[in-house]
Amino acid sequence: MARALITDAQNTWCPGCGNFSLQHTLKNILANREKEGLSLDDIVLVTGIGCHAKMADYLNINSFYAIHGRTLPVATGIKLANPDLTVICCAGDGDAYAEGLDHLIFAAKRNIDLTMIVHNNRVYGLTVGQYTPTSPLGFRGKSTPAGSAEYPFNPIELMLASGATYVARGYTKKMDLLQQLIQRGIAHKGFAFIDVLQICATFFNMTDYYTPRVYELSGHDTADFEAACMKAREWDYNRDAPIPLGLFYDQAFPTFESHYHTRPLDPEARKRRIRELIEARR
Amino acid sequence: MRDVSLIIGGKAGDGINNAGLIVAQLLNHLGYFVYMDIDYPSLIRGGHNFAIVRAAEQPVAASRKTLDYLIALDQETVHRHYDACPECVLLANADMVKPPQDSQAISLKSILAAETAPAITGNSAMIGAFAKAAGIPWETLEAVFRRHMPKAVDLNIRVARRAYDQIRLVRAVESLNRPPRPVLSGNEAIGLGMAAGGLSAYVSYPMTPSSSLLHFLAENAEQLGMTVVHPENEIAVILMANGLSSAGIRTAVGTSGGGFCLMTEGLSLTGMAEVPLVLVVSQRTGPSTGLPTYTGQADLSFVLHAGQGEFPRFVVAPSDADEAYLWSTAAVRIAWKYQIPAFILADKTLSEGTFSLDLETEGGIPVDEPPRWDRKEPYLRYRDTRDGISPLAFYGEKDAVVKLNSYAHDEAGVSTEEAELVALMADKRLRKWDLLAEELEKQSTVNTFGPSDATTGLLCWGSCWGPCEEVASALGMKVVQPLVLSPFPKKAVAAACKGIDRLIAVEGNATAQLAALAGRYGIVAGSTILKYDGRPFTVDELLGRVKEVIV
Repeated sequence: MARALITDAQNTWCPGCGNFSLQHTLKNILANREKEGLSLDDIVLVTGIGCHAKMADYLNINSFYAIHGRTLPVATGIKLANPDLTVICCAGDGDAYAEGLDHLIFAAKRNIDLTMIVHNNRVYGLTVGQYTPTSPLGFRGKSTPAGSAEYPFNPIELMLASGATYVARGYTKKMDLLQQLIQRGIAHKGFAFIDVLQICATFFNMTDYYTPRVYELSGHDTADFEAACMKAREWDYNRDAPIPLGLFYDQAFPTFESHYHTRPLDPEARKRRIRELIEARR
Repeated sequence: MRDVSLIIGGKAGDGINNAGLIVAQLLNHLGYFVYMDIDYPSLIRGGHNFAIVRAAEQPVAASRKTLDYLIALDQETVHRHYDACPECVLLANADMVKPPQDSQAISLKSILAAETAPAITGNSAMIGAFAKAAGIPWETLEAVFRRHMPKAVDLNIRVARRAYDQIRLVRAVESLNRPPRPVLSGNEAIGLGMAAGGLSAYVSYPMTPSSSLLHFLAENAEQLGMTVVHPENEIAVILMANGLSSAGIRTAVGTSGGGFCLMTEGLSLTGMAEVPLVLVVSQRTGPSTGLPTYTGQADLSFVLHAGQGEFPRFVVAPSDADEAYLWSTAAVRIAWKYQIPAFILADKTLSEGTFSLDLETEGGIPVDEPPRWDRKEPYLRYRDTRDGISPLAFYGEKDAVVKLNSYAHDEAGVSTEEAELVALMADKRLRKWDLLAEELEKQSTVNTFGPSDATTGLLCWGSCWGPCEEVASALGMKVVQPLVLSPFPKKAVAAACKGIDRLIAVEGNATAQLAALAGRYGIVAGSTILKYDGRPFTVDELLGRVKEVIV
């Protein structure tokens, strides 16, 4: 019998929140896996802290509802412990790009085989409206009433520079493409990064800005790193420009966990080897 | 002579640590218990490095000020140590040291030239000189070199032989005709002890004095079936370890005070999410960067209280390699049974000190395996049981939905803000601490020494045990040392202090942190002897200071 994919936890996202699209997308992906006869027991969802993170409560799958900014090291540990698991991270832009930026760069550098979905609404929602690393210059939030004094950085460009082997951008109002990008990201052997433009219905509703500007990449060679960098720079999260969606870069490289073999010894072998190491010191 | 002390000193880069270890092995092969403390500044080349080696008929874990031999590779060694001990036998490198009268000197330059040997083998010449002066049979030296010299054994033996032949016997160290014991550093004992407890992953960012544990486990990772990872920082270290543990791999992290500061956020997560995890915290002199390569005991309060909120933790502070081995095994088992953070609190003196291992108990301290999910009912990661311990299942287990959570959560691991449930789950977590305290009452968690009718006692913890035991022995006092510091073994400490009307706290910090802790349980130390200059107490120094207090 197929399991219920949604828990009984009461959903507390605002009406119109972009998280609903992502939840629906993930649920579809899980349902498809079940239809293909794949077990959901092997999936682990790791979340940070913020509105996005409630996904851990709402999806009826293995989860680690971690702390702000720390999805990736937890997910890396899980994957190292058991490389057969499919590990998916949901993180916010505050999580991934501010508090946990070091982990993001290192996860890409290591090419650990997991999927990182960044719910990039470009505002702190749960802490009621401050600027984030991807808010446009001059963003008027509760901590920057006169407008933020920083340019946003471009996470797509940053991930390409850091060694990510799968780099994509989705949009919560283009759900078919979003599902396709996440599904391919999960299938990708290596670090799959998907920046998802998501609106915050309460603090930063960008629907009217995004919808007319987004377009799907076509005829783009995803194996061409230089071309990926060029496309990544078309929109810098600040200037007014067309916004490409889709897969920027996709390459296969050896993964981090393939260098490790976590193989706990049986008690007898363990005892014997410890004894050998001690005896060598006599 | 059956209690031997010596120093071998030179510049950083001279290989003083390894030379000290070979000297310790020579004495080990004469049947002695050995102890070595290495003193080095935080630099790579130059500076003054020295190893103090002590060998005695009984187990030792402290050094003495008076020396029997001084092995000087450079003039600085003579400057620093010879004046304090003019009675000792000085063996000097004649090329670098202006030898005082009556000393014996060899020219390393000419020995190395004769063997066309590299400069680093000069240590072997000094060791050869010492062996001859101390009457150690050539066969013993050769056997130790063959067993413990990492490379170029034959060349090193030839170099040692030339020095051996040039020196005359001065002061013989008597052979005890006992078999040699394994000689290990405190960090190696911690690593092997944890492995014996089933540890299969170690995550750490380099920080002295914990780094040698990272190096030791990384080097032996394959042999021990262990995954050893060095991530981007200590924040990643503890979070990665949480991931490994939650997927069923017994995992530990290691660091020193500064790195542990970065881990506190993850520690609180460990407590809330009930992730089993071992933390090795090896103290050095603080605050902040402090003295990176020197010792201290100033992080007890920090380790006991680190992390926001309230959650159970186990803290043990072993005093030597035997205890480090046994309690590291126990710490892994305790972390897993109770699903809590378990700390092994060491310091530079223990971590980088070298000891003879004298393990008698094979099985160690008994701790049950954690309960596993029985598959009869849907899995609840935080099932509220009588003792608070929830049965374990791990990610990937068939039909188990395993949900861990840093938020206040229900039994299934789903976030909650319900007042009643929040309090209920806090109680559940804290009940594990009560059970742990109760179970530990059956174990020996407090070390004691001295006559039962003694009315003066020394209260200490961790590496201060060694000097305290010797001083107490000389003065007919008692020593009381709680090994377990959380949950505090109040009954056992009170029982050990029975009959003592004068309790003196001896600690490697400036604020008497153990005395403050014991005071909360009604055990009052009336005086304190504190040392916070980065160096361990020597027996002589502590003896003098105890005498000052008791007059």
